[in-house]
Formats: sequence, structure tokens, C-alpha cells
Amino acid sequence: MMETTVTMQQFNQAIIDTFYMIGVSLLIGSLIGIPVGILLVVTRPGGILENRIIFKVLNPIVNMIRSLPFIILLVAIVPFTRLIVHTSIGTTAAIVPLVVYIAPFIARLVENSILEVNDGIIEAAKSMGATPLQTIWHFLLPESLGSLVLSLTTALINLLSATAMAGVVGGGGIGDLAINYGYQRFDSFIMLVTVIVLIILVQLMQTIGNRLASKARHQR
Amino acid sequence: MIVFEDISKIYTRKGIQSKALENINLHVNTGDIFGVIGFSGAGKSTLIRLINYLEQPTSGKVYIEGTDLGTYGKKELRSVRKQIGMIFQHFNLLESKTIFQNVAIPLILEKKGKDEIKQRVAELLKFVGLSEKAESYPKELSGGQKQRIGIARALATNPSILLCDEATSALDPKTTDSILELLKRINREYNITILMVTHEMSIIQKVCNRVAVMENGRIIEQGDVLEVFGNPQHDSTKSFVRMILSDQLPEGVRQQTEADLGSYACVIPFDQQKTNVLINELIKKFNISVNLLFASMNEIQGQTIGYVTLKLSGDQESVDQAAVYVKNHIGDVQEVHAG
Repeated sequence: MMETTVTMQQFNQAIIDTFYMIGVSLLIGSLIGIPVGILLVVTRPGGILENRIIFKVLNPIVNMIRSLPFIILLVAIVPFTRLIVHTSIGTTAAIVPLVVYIAPFIARLVENSILEVNDGIIEAAKSMGATPLQTIWHFLLPESLGSLVLSLTTALINLLSATAMAGVVGGGGIGDLAINYGYQRFDSFIMLVTVIVLIILVQLMQTIGNRLASKARHQR
Repeated sequence: MIVFEDISKIYTRKGIQSKALENINLHVNTGDIFGVIGFSGAGKSTLIRLINYLEQPTSGKVYIEGTDLGTYGKKELRSVRKQIGMIFQHFNLLESKTIFQNVAIPLILEKKGKDEIKQRVAELLKFVGLSEKAESYPKELSGGQKQRIGIARALATNPSILLCDEATSALDPKTTDSILELLKRINREYNITILMVTHEMSIIQKVCNRVAVMENGRIIEQGDVLEVFGNPQHDSTKSFVRMILSDQLPEGVRQQTEADLGSYACVIPFDQQKTNVLINELIKKFNISVNLLFASMNEIQGQTIGYVTLKLSGDQESVDQAAVYVKNHIGDVQEVHAG
């Protein structure tokens, strides 16, 4: 039971790979997803920067990408991945589909978070003569910060589960370890360890996310 | 001065048009506390939002200090809005920011210096009596305190006009009174023109000098509060007056009167000078007795207004003559019919 063919070094590398993939994907995904989410809010009909064209273009694109399961997306966009990082295998190559997967997801979550902000706040901003940018920066973002943090936490956990499939393109990570060793080579010990590690990671992420969100909302 | 000229506002949703405002003409003088009263759906919220152009009229013009707001571009409109403060029924404070930051926001938008902001916010918090709450968050405050912060925020940019959208409707009567006192003080000390919309008659009665009564998107009566409510013309206006002043006899008094045949009873509007004179004359001229059955009174603008119910009794002929005399001298006589 305690026997395993996986070395400690392999295991550590897997953890590092996972963190590398989810960290970079979350960062780039947020850099794309948050502005898109904001645009979806402000350009929608009745929004503070109402713009039919931008909204009608962005909205279906987000839906389109979101309708693909990650495993399909991963293989479907291989040519695109090659174009961006000049390779289609390895950890870095896995980041491209992870970003393409998570950015629209973040955009949708951010959109929902900001839409939760009371219309009265926007009206107050307008009545003070705030510009649209000031309205976003001084009113919408601070008021939805708690909810945004929770959204990013959800995105992060989603990324963690997506990285398990990154093994398909040789992405590595703990998910890959579980499939290649735990499942394919009947190594139940490493299977158990990865399951425990994944559970702990998700718990940790959610707990930290909740704490940060409460802090943003000034709850004690 | 705020002037509305032939304002109409039509909303079109899914091809169906609905008129929110129709042929609105309105003058608000500098220094007025102008009340707009109406039941929900009368169009008062739309009307108040025309003044800072949060709503644009479908036709007609809004003039502020002589300039038509419709001629302004977006940028100019934003600077006009900084001269018009607004407070709301649900306060609309930023829950994520401290009280200090909430009051500072209009100044931050104007990119004022840190020291200047600090000084001005401290001044404003002192004015509304909440200096010690600077570092608290809105959710730690009561409704009345939140509205005081809303007021402080609205005053930050030294506006010349303050718009109050049902500003006390979410507050209890005592807190409402303290907010109304604060508004009066703002009007007096800073000579800020205040325009408030409400569905509560007592608010108009307590603070406003001028009033417009709205119904179905139209202004049905407007003028000095005392004139409009002292002599209401429309049913809607009358029903508002009834909120603070009953012109109806309580059932008990009515039954008593009806049982009492051979006399004449009527409800007349009370007038500080005329009513006394009338009673004296009735007694002297017709040699009858005049009893006061019931009275409902209140004060508007320092003037007593109300309704009194008189009962005239004596011999039938004199009572009949006296009744005719009353009807000839008082415009608005409501007879209480016996039997």
C-alpha cells in the first residue's frame, strides 16, 4: 500500500507545475476576463457606456467558448497554442488553453458580481457628475470587491480541476500524476495522496477566498 | 431659479408608449423649499431627475439659472450636476467605504488635494453632527445617520440646489423630523434651494413654502403651500390635506347631529379672523345659539388652517335665515344633513 514508483522529486515537480499553471492562467485570465466582464456590464442596454456593437460581439463570444468542455477546448485549439507558444506540448503549452478556458469564465463571474451592485449607487455616481471611468473605479469595483474575490476563488478552483486534464498535452501537475501513475499503473498510494492534496488545496483556496471577501466587505 | 417649460416625458418599451409626464410647467425660485407631492406612479421621481438631467425630457425644456440643460454636452452636464446635490430614499452610500470616504467621494471625483478634502469632510461631518463616525462603515449607522451622511455628501461640492427623492420615506417619524430640521437649516444658512418629492403631506406641511401636486404625470395644482392646501381644488389635493386635516365629521358626532332635528349643522373652513366674526354675527343678527360640534386644525407656514363644524339652533325660521347667511358668506359650506 505504501509502495510507490513516484519519487519525491516527481511529486514536488507536479505540485510546482500545478501552481505554475493555475497561477499564470489565473493572472492572464483575469487580465483579460475582468475588463471583458466590466465591458459586458457597462455596454449592455441601459449601461453607463451603452454600446450595442461591443455588447453584441462580446456576449456571444463569451458564451461560445464557455460552451466547450475543457478537454475539447484543449485539443481543438492546438494550432492556436502552437502559434502563441511555438509548441503544443508541455506545461507552458497547457497554459494557453487554460487561459482561453478561464478568461470567459472570469468575465461572466465578474459581470454577475458587478451587476449585483445596486442601481442606486450608479445613480448616485451620475448625480455627482462622475465620468463612466470614475463610476467604474470609485463605485462599481469597490462595491463589488467582496463578490469579485469570491468569483476569482471559484475561477481558481475551476482552474485546478482543469489542470488535471492538462496531462493530455503533457502539461504535468498533480492531476497528471494521479492519471498516469495512480490510474494507469495501479499506484493506489499516489492516487490517495493526490486526492488528499487536491482536497486540501481546494479547502485552502476557498477559506482564503472567503476571508479576503469578508475583509473586502468589512465583516467581522 | 429652476424653470420647467412644457415638459413631457414618454417612455417607449417594446413599442408601447407610456406617458410619465405631461405638459409640466414649473417655477422654483432661489431659496425655495419646494415640495412635489403625489401618490406613487404620479411621476414625481421622473420630475426631480429632470433637474439634474438623469432623465431627459421627450419634449420641452429645463432651465437652470436661465440656461437650457438640453444645450449642454456630456461634459458640461457633469459639471452642472456638481452644482446640484441629491439625496435618496435608500441613501445609496458606498457600503465598502468608510463614512469619511463616502463624504469625500464628490471631492475625489473633482481631484481635490488631500488636505483640502480632509478639512472639508471634517467640516461637513461636524455640520451634520456625526464627526465621531468618520471611521465607521455605513452598515454601523442607523437610517437617520445614513441620511445625514447622504446630506453631507450631497453638500460636499457646495451645490446651489439640493434634490431630495423621498429622503425621509424610509425613516421613522422622529428621525424624519430631525432630518427635516437639518434640511431647513441648510436652506437657511447656505441659501440652498431645496426641491423634495414625497407622498407624505406632513413633510410638505412642516418645511415647504411652495408645493406642486401631481397626478398621472400632470401637475394639478401648484403655488404657496398655504394657498394650495388652504383651499384645495382637486380631489387628489383634498385627499392629501385630509392626511393632516380632516374635513369629515367623525361618525359619533355625525350621529349625534342627525338625531338632533330642528337645527342646522355645517362644516366650514376655519379662518383666523372671519370665523369668529361670523359666529358673533350669527348670534347677534338671528338671535340663535351657535355651538361648536367639532374642529380639526393644523398649522401650515405659521398659519392655522382647519375645519369647524357649527350647529345652529333656535326657532326654525331664524335658523333657516342664518343658514342662508352662512352659505352666502362662506364659499365652501358642507351641510350636515339631519335624518
